[in-house]
Amino acid sequence: MKNKLRVALVGNPNTGKSTIFNALTGLNQKIGNFPGVTVDKKSGVSKLADGRAIEIVDLPGTYSLYPKSADETIVFEVLSDKNNSSHPDVVVIVADATNLKRNLLLYTQISDLGLPVIIALNMMDLALKSNMEIDVDTLAKLLNVQVVELAARKSQGIEGLKKAIEFQSLIPLQNSTIDVEVIAPDLIKDLSDLLGVDNPYVALQIAHQYKNLKYLSKARINQIESLKEKYDFHTQKSQAAETIARYNYINEVLIDTVTYKSVALEENISNKIDHYLTHKVWGFVIFIAILFAIFQSIFAWSEYPMAIIETVFVWLAEMGHQYLPSGILTDLLVDGVLAGLSGVMVFIPQIALLFAFISILEDTGYMSRVTFMMDRLMRKVGLNGRSVVPLIGGLACAVPSIMSARTIENWKDRIITIMVTPLVSCSARLPIYTLLISLVVPKKMLLGFINLQGIALMSIYFLSVFMAILVAWVMKGLIRSKLKGYFIMELPVYRMPRWNNVGITMLESVKTFVTQAGKVIIAVSIILWVLASYGPSNKFDKIDQKYQSTDFTKNYSADQIKRFKSSEKLENSYAGLLGKSIEPSIKPLGFDWKIGIALITSFAAREVFVGTMATLYSVDGDASKMESVKEKMANAKNTETGLTVFTTATAFSLMIFYAFAMQCMSTMAVVYRETKNIKWPLIQFAYMLVLAYVSSFVVYQLLS
Amino acid sequence: MTLSQLEIGEQGIIKEFTDLEMSVKLMEMGCLPGEVVKVDRVAPLGDPIAVSISGYQLSLRRKEASTIELI
Repeated sequence: MKNKLRVALVGNPNTGKSTIFNALTGLNQKIGNFPGVTVDKKSGVSKLADGRAIEIVDLPGTYSLYPKSADETIVFEVLSDKNNSSHPDVVVIVADATNLKRNLLLYTQISDLGLPVIIALNMMDLALKSNMEIDVDTLAKLLNVQVVELAARKSQGIEGLKKAIEFQSLIPLQNSTIDVEVIAPDLIKDLSDLLGVDNPYVALQIAHQYKNLKYLSKARINQIESLKEKYDFHTQKSQAAETIARYNYINEVLIDTVTYKSVALEENISNKIDHYLTHKVWGFVIFIAILFAIFQSIFAWSEYPMAIIETVFVWLAEMGHQYLPSGILTDLLVDGVLAGLSGVMVFIPQIALLFAFISILEDTGYMSRVTFMMDRLMRKVGLNGRSVVPLIGGLACAVPSIMSARTIENWKDRIITIMVTPLVSCSARLPIYTLLISLVVPKKMLLGFINLQGIALMSIYFLSVFMAILVAWVMKGLIRSKLKGYFIMELPVYRMPRWNNVGITMLESVKTFVTQAGKVIIAVSIILWVLASYGPSNKFDKIDQKYQSTDFTKNYSADQIKRFKSSEKLENSYAGLLGKSIEPSIKPLGFDWKIGIALITSFAAREVFVGTMATLYSVDGDASKMESVKEKMANAKNTETGLTVFTTATAFSLMIFYAFAMQCMSTMAVVYRETKNIKWPLIQFAYMLVLAYVSSFVVYQLLS
Repeated sequence: MTLSQLEIGEQGIIKEFTDLEMSVKLMEMGCLPGEVVKVDRVAPLGDPIAVSISGYQLSLRRKEASTIELI
């Protein structure tokens, strides 16, 4: 049986490509990797009217086949290599109807690669509104391709697109656009012979991009190199000539197909909005107000669902202890796994909200305005306007954000962005902050509407962003580079967020968090429970003997003895010994050995902190009384001094430590992948650890 | 006269580019000789600028705008 028909979606950024992808595949999508590279590959399955299931691959948005960033190289790689596992049978080019001229540039390039193509003319509703008339039939006839009209945001035209795919010939029938061979006739001929390529434009593109193409062998690359020299091929001159020729062709096509009646209305509205949103003063005020509102809502809206999740887990633990046969396995399940999981699952509402807000900011077009406003400022500290997206994305998770730094073309700007992004407080730190803040900051309202806990949380976030900028500024002086950076970016018109997309983003983020973090947390919880429940047997035996003596049985109730015993056992368990061994070095920061254990376990992933706390205090706690982690921690007393463990000074010192320390294996792995040099993740780990230690020390000494 | 010298609201027609590398990137984004370009806005800190070109809005730094010669 033949494999499924594979259709690739290609198009400029901001054309609604992902809306169309979502509409075609629904929730039938998965995120994987393109072979050999770290670019996310979004693919999904769609059903045609004739019952066939087809595979849809969403390629990264790009303005041209000439890549400007690491992500964009994949487009030509996939389209030109017939052996690539993502190579499509049909290409759907998504074009923005309101901006047809620039969008057709990519069409003419892909069309010349000799693949069967369909044009999905999106945003037709907006084109009509802006008094622009597009003669779609003539356009289709001139190019000899199927042109499908869509208004994907209003879910119009999706069926039409599916029908077009259904009837698409698998042999390319489109008219050729420009005479490619004229650009470099001899080189194209020799290259075609050398590589066995039958399409002149593929050969020409290879002459430009051979260094980035994974499917070419080293020997081939050298051969191409010498051919290039032989014919004195100049990449930029050739590209300029090609682009001008393409636009001449496009202009000819458009003369017969598009008539403008007056100025675009939509753009005027966008301009008016921008008058305020990028205003000298109001622009920044509004930006800060938006961030403020986001953090307030994360706290306020998640309160209720969090309480429900917490109740469910407390109830589950109670049921577990009541109905499961008592024994080691039940203890492991309830005090180890369940306690660890509950500590983390509780934060699903907050993470979902944070990802939702970030996707709304991107979807509406506001994020590019922020980039526009901040470029000057960012440049001063060694970053780039485009660094704003990774930095704000860092609020959710450093891993995808560091990958998104690929859009920064300048190497130095990109390295600095990668180095400081993990300083921005990610969603994995959010549980730690909220837990500690709720312990030491009173739940009060200032002026009746400002949540004091919200203020504390926002301050930590501001501090983390400030530190990222400060470190960037220092690195700017340390890293040398002569490459010049540039900043040419489309400002898309403002649009309403697509709630469907926001919903899918929320769902995906929660799914990833639960599966990725969940796995680590369950594993760590189990290890931790074992370490906390067992210790050197001679010590454990002594404790058992000690509490059997009449001194204790006479003076204390059985319940009290049980509690003394379990707390002393924890202290002498393997985990306790481990925590104690690092206690001297963390004491100046206000941490005791239990926090020490949490620091060790959360080295791999910060998410583990809350789970660790839950597990540690469950082992320590009174088994008959079920409390949430927060209550357990609030009641925690230092075993030596008898004082409360989580004082304001300790809580803030701990938050600062988690804010600045690099405790995330995934981030280190992705930094290594992106920089291809082990030096960078190591430098990053070291500077962040020093920064965290020193800052925590200062905070603790000042507050206590 | 270059694009970077225009004030907000002023417009001009692109004549040529003074930097080959930049020209390739600008042309891909629709900045072609003969196109009308209008300055819409300047970022709060004076740089970059936002211009209207071939039916959409593009932002670029002043330094980059100075490589675009106007008629």
